[in-house]
Amino acid sequence: MTQVIFGDNQFFGINHRSEEKARFQAIKFQELSAIIEAIDAAYEEGIKIFMCTTHERIAGICDHIRAYPERYEQFEFYPCMPYAHKYANAVTEKGLIGALRSFLPEENTLGALIGGAISAARKDVDGLATLLIDSEMKMFRGLKTPVIFLQNVVTDLILGLGMNDTFKIFAEHVKHRYNAEPGFITMNAPRLLDQLEECGIDNPIICSNINKIGFRMCGGAKHYETVIATRRFRPIAMSIFASGAIPPDEAIAYICRQPQIESIVFGASSRRNIRQTKHLIDTYTARAA
Amino acid sequence: MVRVALAGLGKMGLSHCAIINTHPDVELVAVCDTFEYVLSIFGKHSKLKTYKDFHRMLQAEALDAVIVATPSQYHASMVHDALSADLHVFCEKPLCLDAEEGARLASLAEKRKRVNQVGYHHRFIATFHEAKRLLEFNILGKLHHIRAEAHGPVVLKSKSGTWRTRRHEGGGCLYDYASHAIDLVNYMVGRPRAVGGTILNSIFSGDVEDGVYANLFYDDGLTGQIAANWSDESQRKMATQVTIWGANGKIFADRQELQIYLRDTAFVPDELRKGWNARYTTDLTEPVWFYLRGEEYSAQLSHFIDAIKTGHLDTRSTFRSAMETDLVISAMVRDSESPLTETESQSTSGPIMDVVESKRFGITSPKEPDDAPRHHNGGYQ
Repeated sequence: MTQVIFGDNQFFGINHRSEEKARFQAIKFQELSAIIEAIDAAYEEGIKIFMCTTHERIAGICDHIRAYPERYEQFEFYPCMPYAHKYANAVTEKGLIGALRSFLPEENTLGALIGGAISAARKDVDGLATLLIDSEMKMFRGLKTPVIFLQNVVTDLILGLGMNDTFKIFAEHVKHRYNAEPGFITMNAPRLLDQLEECGIDNPIICSNINKIGFRMCGGAKHYETVIATRRFRPIAMSIFASGAIPPDEAIAYICRQPQIESIVFGASSRRNIRQTKHLIDTYTARAA
Repeated sequence: MVRVALAGLGKMGLSHCAIINTHPDVELVAVCDTFEYVLSIFGKHSKLKTYKDFHRMLQAEALDAVIVATPSQYHASMVHDALSADLHVFCEKPLCLDAEEGARLASLAEKRKRVNQVGYHHRFIATFHEAKRLLEFNILGKLHHIRAEAHGPVVLKSKSGTWRTRRHEGGGCLYDYASHAIDLVNYMVGRPRAVGGTILNSIFSGDVEDGVYANLFYDDGLTGQIAANWSDESQRKMATQVTIWGANGKIFADRQELQIYLRDTAFVPDELRKGWNARYTTDLTEPVWFYLRGEEYSAQLSHFIDAIKTGHLDTRSTFRSAMETDLVISAMVRDSESPLTETESQSTSGPIMDVVESKRFGITSPKEPDDAPRHHNGGYQ
């Protein structure tokens, strides 16, 4: 059965096809209770995984899930870090070092000893990256996070710069510190897979756009189909509707024809759409089996 | 292979670096920055050569082209030196803080027949490019107004301190945000003849403006308005939009959507219909070989590399077109300092009629005499 994951773009005013629609959704989900209502609707439809950015508003969701452990017994988060705009805007405002400083723990409050350790750690990427990961993961304390993702802007930046060993730093830290599997979100899946293999990350979890029209699939839909069919990795399909450009039925049929695609992540705002999408995925998965 | 080096590893530099490094026809040879921390990260984790000194890099490496993505105040001298070394140059926007300097660089690039391009990436966003293509069919008939806006959340409180918030270094909303809106207007309908009523508003910043609002005037009756504000927290990231009104309809474009309304009076090409037409980025955007933050960033660099390979000098965003954008920017700065039209009438009982002084500032090319009229009374509307 294809695993279904609930996404969070709709909650934060992200729509790749319409700024107006994005704004309507941002208004609709202004209150945390509206987000929780949608998450509950998904949970009741059997969607137990919530894949989300480390946007500051997610902390409120985490508090809610923590407050009702029995009700959300099977609830799992797939955190995606970092929430890139938070950093990009901070870099514009404060410069690179100023931005990093603002996201790292305060040295003064932690005492001279730890402060010294942080300063030393800042000198190399390994130390810096692990500190940033820990700072992003704070909000999920005590919650299930079996897979932790590196967001696409960062994944693809590292990929482009050719700093592949950085992927390894992320993967190792996530494994050892959080007992979680590393995942990678990208718009360049075939290229990323090559590089992850080269740096020794075997059978990686890669979340990327996979849709019939090839929207934001670098290399093209045909190339993705071949890579998915023939290479060893665990693909998660996102943007399967290409922000509404493909009718739901057609979009889901396309994904379910590729049995290697293990999971689909989608975002929806209403219980009706959540139910319909889940039903279509289950139907087409059963038909393909 | 085109041998490229890159200078400036800030936000845009890193992005360009990642994209150009994956281009199938490019060998990214070296990167350069004055910030040792960043260089040490590149030295340790990437295969690229690093330099602290731009000139040493130019001397030591056999290059075809450079990408200049340093803070704006350094563009002029670095671009000049790169052109003098016979390199093709891609420069981040704005081209220069001094339009005359920009004109000299444009002439130098043209004289030396070097490919020259400025990073006004909105020209490579599919919806805006398509709007431009449709305008060339004259589907709207006689144009009467264009409005371009850019809003985003960069400066949201009063304390901040990078070059982007220092005026003499090219900071501020005018250079950072409004420049994109101005460049889009220039791209769509050409450079305005004059600007008027420019407002440069400080909201949080001390040294620079956070909001830019200005009117644009053309010879044939076309008018325009620019509105830019980088202190708008309601936007997740920079949002740009353009609306153009003509006698036969209107075009609206943002980065995702293109909406075209055509009246009965319009000439309607086969691909469109009367009334509303909607196009989306998902239909219009050409695939790119590598994606980071938006197809347009890859598309503009690919355009630059193609121009080098084919010897096609007239890029979609040349130094000369960027210099024209700089001209509008500098006219806006001058205009913003001109006197206002007071609302208080001299005779308190009478209607408010007095115009203290016209506020339209001519935009003259640097090659034209500097005594061109500065205080127009219009006559071209």
